[in-house]
Amino acid sequence: MPYDPLLVQPMREELTQIGVQELLTAQDVDSFLGDKAGTAMIVVNSVCGCAAGQARPGVALALQHDHKPEKVGTVFAGQDLEATSKARSLFADYPPSSPSIVLFKDGKVVHFVPRHQIENRDAGSLAAELTAAFDKHCASATSR
Amino acid sequence: MGTFHDDKGELHGITVVVDTTGSRVFIGRCDTMTDAGIVLLDADEHDSTTGTSKEDYVKKAARVGIWKKHDRVALTRDEFTTVKPLGEFTA
Repeated sequence: MPYDPLLVQPMREELTQIGVQELLTAQDVDSFLGDKAGTAMIVVNSVCGCAAGQARPGVALALQHDHKPEKVGTVFAGQDLEATSKARSLFADYPPSSPSIVLFKDGKVVHFVPRHQIENRDAGSLAAELTAAFDKHCASATSR
Repeated sequence: MGTFHDDKGELHGITVVVDTTGSRVFIGRCDTMTDAGIVLLDADEHDSTTGTSKEDYVKKAARVGIWKKHDRVALTRDEFTTVKPLGEFTA
């Protein structure tokens, strides 16, 4: 059963306030990744305190980096069920995991951070992993 | 480690690898761990007699995660040998 939307709202805003696009429906996800060219990142947000509590600030920190994905979207697992299911269908080779972070390049997954790799990690450490992936996959796109 | 629920043990909420005294190994989100045993949620189960060793199974799980087979698994203390966070196996 989904959590109270009022409880979840601040967790959504941690990402939307830094410019991450909220994807609430399957159509939102389709539109977001409709154009597969370039780089994109999807953050599968969740209520989980062990992991999501560090995932959101880690993403926020990483997005201050010079190189970053051309677009960044988020679905909320356990809340926006249709959008989450649609998003997961785009990286169906990976087991469902929330929170998790997926980096795409030209429509293909190039970096995946599942929940267990976020648990008990601090935001700085997660950001370091993400920025390393951005440097590897997004550098040319950012400088376009 | 873990969060919020002190009565559920320090691994509450953490994805753990539970190695058993036999050929099976479980990976799932720790709900409760006490002197009596452990309860996992959204867990996968692997039997190393089916071909893949426990080590190789855990190595792959550490890379991408697990496909859950069980909503809930309960093991008594005498059924398992070690419990470690899956994150510790990530290279």
